[in-house]
Formats: sequence, C-alpha cells, structure tokens
Amino acid sequence: MSDTAENGPVLAADGTPLKRSLNRALRVQKTRAMLLIAPLLLFVLVSFIIPILSMLFRSVENDIVVNTLPETVPILAQWDSSTGELPSEEVYAAMARDMIKAVEAKKHTKLATRLNYEKTGIASMFRKSGRTIKKWDPEADAPFKEKFLDLHKGWGDMDVWKTIQTHSGLYTNGYFLNAIDMQKTPEGAQAQPENKQILVKLFIRTLIMSLVIMGACILLGYPIAWILANLPARQSNMLMILVLLPFWTSLLVRTSAWKVMLQQQGVINEVLVWLGLVADESRLVIINNQFGTIVAMTHILLPFMILPMYSVMQTIQPTYLRAAKSMGATNWTAFWRVYFPQSIPGIGAGSILVFILAIGYYITPEIVGGTKGVFISNRIAYHISSSLNWGLAAALGTILLVVVLILYWAYDKIVGIDNVKLG
Amino acid sequence: MAESQNNDAFVEFERVQKSYDGETLVVKDLNLTMPKGEFLTMLGPSGSGKTTCLMMLAGFETATHGAIKLDGVSINNIPPHKRGIGMVFQNYALFPHMTIAENLSFPLEVRKIGKSEREEKVKRALDMVEMGAFGGRRPAQLSGGQQQRIALARALVFEPELVLMDEPLGALDKQLREKMQFEITHLAHNLGITTVYVTHDQTEALTMSDRVAVFDDGRIQQLDPPDTLYEEPKNSFVAQFIGENNTLLGTVKELKGDQAVVQLDDGELIDCKPVNVSAVGDRTRVSIRPERVEFNKDRLQAGAHTLKAEVLEFIYMGDIFRTRLRVAGNDEFIVKTRNAPDQVRLQPGEQIEIGWLPQDCRALDA
Repeated sequence: MSDTAENGPVLAADGTPLKRSLNRALRVQKTRAMLLIAPLLLFVLVSFIIPILSMLFRSVENDIVVNTLPETVPILAQWDSSTGELPSEEVYAAMARDMIKAVEAKKHTKLATRLNYEKTGIASMFRKSGRTIKKWDPEADAPFKEKFLDLHKGWGDMDVWKTIQTHSGLYTNGYFLNAIDMQKTPEGAQAQPENKQILVKLFIRTLIMSLVIMGACILLGYPIAWILANLPARQSNMLMILVLLPFWTSLLVRTSAWKVMLQQQGVINEVLVWLGLVADESRLVIINNQFGTIVAMTHILLPFMILPMYSVMQTIQPTYLRAAKSMGATNWTAFWRVYFPQSIPGIGAGSILVFILAIGYYITPEIVGGTKGVFISNRIAYHISSSLNWGLAAALGTILLVVVLILYWAYDKIVGIDNVKLG
Repeated sequence: MAESQNNDAFVEFERVQKSYDGETLVVKDLNLTMPKGEFLTMLGPSGSGKTTCLMMLAGFETATHGAIKLDGVSINNIPPHKRGIGMVFQNYALFPHMTIAENLSFPLEVRKIGKSEREEKVKRALDMVEMGAFGGRRPAQLSGGQQQRIALARALVFEPELVLMDEPLGALDKQLREKMQFEITHLAHNLGITTVYVTHDQTEALTMSDRVAVFDDGRIQQLDPPDTLYEEPKNSFVAQFIGENNTLLGTVKELKGDQAVVQLDDGELIDCKPVNVSAVGDRTRVSIRPERVEFNKDRLQAGAHTLKAEVLEFIYMGDIFRTRLRVAGNDEFIVKTRNAPDQVRLQPGEQIEIGWLPQDCRALDA
C-alpha cells in the first residue's frame, strides 16, 4: 500500500479506481440486505419514529391561536399594552368575525382550553360568550367593543388581551418554561408562583430515586450474578429460573403484591408487631412514599441488572482468581484487584439499563408511590390523560429524553461505552 | 534413583488420596518425593489425576486423605496465597485489564515490596524472558508465545522455590512449543528452581524432565528418568503410552533368570526379558520398540528365535523409513529404520524374517 501515496489511487485490473470497483461489487449485496430489512425499517418508521417526532413537536407547536383567530392576531400584535388602554374597536371587530366563524366550526372551545393553561377563567368566558356571539352578524351588529364588554367583563380585562397577544405565535417556548416551573408572561419569562413550583423538584427526585434504585440493584445483584456465574450449570440454571420468574409475572401483580407486603396492615408490619419489634400504634409507614417506590422498583428492575452482570462474569475465567492467589493475593485482594475490574463492563451495562428504565417508570410509582414517591413520568401521564395539556407533557418528555442522552454521553466520556457489555 | 529416598526431600506426597464425589477416587494412594532443583513431569492421559495432584500441591484442591509436605512441613491447611508457589496456567491467565508490567508487579505488590525494588525486579524478569520492551502493552496485544513468556516471568518474578506448570505449552504451535521447551528447562535449571510440570504430551515430558511420573487411573504407573522410562517400561500401560510400541500376545513357556521364552498365540516362540510376569503359564503382552526390530540376521544373537513377517507397507519419512509388517497375525507391527546409505528398502509383499535382542523385548502384564 505504500506506493499509493506516490502513484495516486490504486487501480483495478480494468483501470478503474479500486475503490469504485469495490463499491460496484458490493452494491448488489448492500441492496439485497436493505431490501430484506426494508419492511422492518418501514414499520419502525411509521409506528415509532414518526409518532415520537410528532409528540416532541407538540412541545413547541402553538398554531391553534393563529388558526382560530386569523384576523385578530396580526391586528392585536400592533396593540401596545403598556399604554394601559384596551385594544381599539378594530381589534374587537376582528375578534367578532373570527369568533363567529370559530363558534360555527366549534373550534372556540379548543382555543379556550389552550388559553386557559395560561390564564384560568378564559375557558368559561369563551364558552359563555360563544352562545351569544353565534347570533351576531359581522356587518349589521358593529361596533363590537361595547357589545363584548357587556357580554363578559373578561373582555375588558387587560390581562386577557395580553395573554392572547403573548401566546399568539406559531411556535412557543411556553411549555418548556412551564416544564421548568416558569411561565411565559407579557413581561418575559418569569418564575411560577411558589405554590405551583413542583416540576423541577419532581425531576430532581426522579433522578435521585433512579440513582438510589440503581445503586440498590448493583448491591443486591452483584452477589447473585456472581453465584450464578460460578455454580455448576444445573444449579445455576435453577437459580436463573428464579431470577427470571418475575419476568413471567404481570408487572401489575408484582406491584400489587408489594402493596400487600408493605401497607400498614400488611405482612411486614404484622410480623414486626407480632414479634414485638414495633408497637401496634406506631406501625411503619413504608408504602405510599419514596421508600415504597424504591423497594418495589428495585425488586422489579433487579433482573435487568443481574443478566448483563451474569453474562460478563461468565466470561471471567476462574483461573484468573487462582493465578492471583498463587501469586500471594488474599481472597479479597484477588477479588478486588483482579475479578472486580473485569466485571465492571457488566455493572456498567446493568446500570445504564436500570437507570434508563427507572427514570421513565410509571406504573409502580403510581401504585405504591403515593404523592411523595411519584416520578416525573406520572406527571406526564397526568397531563396526557387528565389535564389534556399535551404540549406540557411533550415538553416534559423531551426534557427527560435530553437528560438521559446527556447522562449517556457523560457515561461514555467517563467510563467509555466500549466498556459496556451485554454478553 | 537413590536421591529420591534422601531426607532432603523438598516436595513430598504421602499416601495422598482425592475424591470429588465421595464415591470414586481420582487420586489413589499417591506417594512421591522430589529433591530440590528437580524438574519433574507428571504425564498421563486426561482424567488420570495429574492435574488434580498439581492443584492439591498449589492449594486449590484439598487432599481427601494423606499429607502433602513442602520442605518438610505439611501444607495441607495452608491457603494457596501463603504457600509461595509460582504457577503457570494452561491459558496463561494474564490479567487482561493490566499491562504486562502491572501483571508482573502484582505478586510483588501483594507482598508489600517497595516501588523501586518492584520496578527493578519486573525489569529483570522481563529481560530474563527477552520481553523487556513489552512492559507497557496489554496481554491481548501479544502473540501466544509472548504471552507464554510473560506468564512464565510472572510466576518467577517473586522468586519462588517451587514452580508449577499446568500444560503451559498446549496452545502453541509445534515449532514454538519446541523452542519454549528448551527455554523453560534452561531457565529452570539456571535458576535452580524445583519444577512440577503437567502435560499429556509425551515428547514434551521426555525432552524436558529430570524424571517423569506416568499417571494412569489415579496412580503413578512409573516414576523414572526419561531414558529408563522409554527403554525399560515397567508395565504395558507405560510401554504403550510412551513412544511407539509393538505388542504381541502370548503365554510364558520358559522362565530362567532374566531370560524367558514366550509362545505367541499363533504358536511361534520368541525370546524375551521377563519384567512383569511371575510364573510359567502366565498370559503376557510382549512389547518391542519399532527401532529395535532387526531383519538383518548378522546382528542377531546366535540361536535367537526369529519370526516370519510379510511387508505390507513402506513409508518414506525422510530421516527414517517406516515399514508396516504382518507378524504373528498382527497387521500393525511397525519397524523403523534410519535412512542410511546402505539401508535396505523393503517392498510390499516381501517375506522376511525378523528378530531382536532378548533384552529389547519385554514380557509385560497382559
């Protein structure tokens, strides 16, 4: 190959550059391989990637205001709220025309819901007004300012108009600000009132509890993986079944079982009271708090820690330990200096797996977590299914995804992703 | 050997037995004495108990019965890390997460030896195996032979008096293996280390050792220097296992001192040296080395019994000729002759007569 630098690219027998010739030869193989995986690729694209992207997009999407109030938004943009005067008749007229169309298309309630996230009360104002506006005529009934003010006192509230003006953009960072306990106001980004600041706390709690669960899984899983890897095949297969047994049981059943175990009238408390270790009136509170979540989730995620550890430990030959001992190392030194360093890839793989699963866990904290032991994912679920604030849910989800990616990147920098082995 | 009875025995096995399951004995009544500085090889087929013996000596297996002594002291209850025995493993067992220098430094570190002394010893050990430039590499970056040298250096770096080697050359190709055989024996003799070497390769055992212990069925079948082992096997297992061997079955007809006449199963009579037969009428397996068979009558003793043979195959192997004969109903009778200028090249189908010196033909157990 040393002559390449002097004589230019290497040529194939027919004189074409060797690279191009090789590419041509490989193209058929590559095409065939692509065709084979094409159906799967298509499936993943349609059922997974596109929905996720569209969900992520919702965290910044805000076209509902512009689409519902196409005439009002541009005119309202020129209004200067700092003068302390209400918008002009022009704005009210545009609003009247937009609303008549919106009510007809029954779109005004959706807009009301959207604006209600930003200022409570707007939803009922829109709904009440809608019934009257329906009967107006955009030409005959002008001027509208007085009519609006008669209709609902909210139309004379500066804050309502400011809210509409602030949130009229096609895209918004409002959801992301909400997700980190801030809000978008006419005066710019500001902190939420003290009593509404819960999401950052929840994020931090989710991270810390996931780390605790991961740590507990490492401590509990390491000895089990070691035993599995070092027992004769028959016994280790038997034990492996016990480790895998939880996988074959419904997640809901397992979590409910923990409820039976941990509640105040539950198995653990009853036993402790019976043994006289705990007084009947001061039974331990070990469920519906962080402790309950950590115990139940450690149990559920433990196999995800054990399996990668086991598969790595299986490859560590027992002769390494023997060699270390023959050289004069005590059992502990042999383990710590020789065995443990070789098992780190398994710990790394298990930790990443458990941490990423834990950070997005939903069912278990929901059932055993009470209010103190819930995760950010429970909040996301709440916004998806109860408050229907999908934008905020999407923003929370995006932040969670970014946090995981940052941690993954940091892990790669510190430990190196090559040091992760799943088997 | 006389010295094996001496009091200055360095390694001793006394009536050692080992069972894993409580039903069968893997090692049955092992007695062995090794003087200081000896290179002893445990040779045997797999499952013969030789590796178990090595592991008991290293401390990784405990003897079910009997005592193992090192320098006169019983080490049965001493854990492996306190025995101070160097060991080379079959797959080298170099720690993959450490560099070569760190690997060598490990036994010194656990002995709490100071840094400067450690570095000096590591360097000396690396130079000893001619690997001085490789200290910074990882085991995976070395070839099999290089890893082998490092494993050897690591077992020697803390200057143990006894080194155990468990088939250390098994993974190397033939040429490298022969080279390493010499290097290991030279090193062991130059440093005056007592070495116990386990292998199933008989050539390796013969070329390297001061004495060879042939294991089979949990017992030492014969413990002798290589030449004695090859030329004077004490039973048919050793005769079969060491080197190539022709066997003929028969019955003892006459027994006088160190002379015996055996009647083969097809009725022919031959002269033998009785080794493992006690009385006339005993069944016996007669053993003769392929290179000791003569078909040149001038070289035979007067009056010696000879046998008729038919040449079946002639194989030219360069330095030697290998001729396959049919003798007394045995189609696998091999004769080896040196490729000398005057040597006869037998042709298939030729009828010849073969014979041997009585002392080369040993009547062993059937």
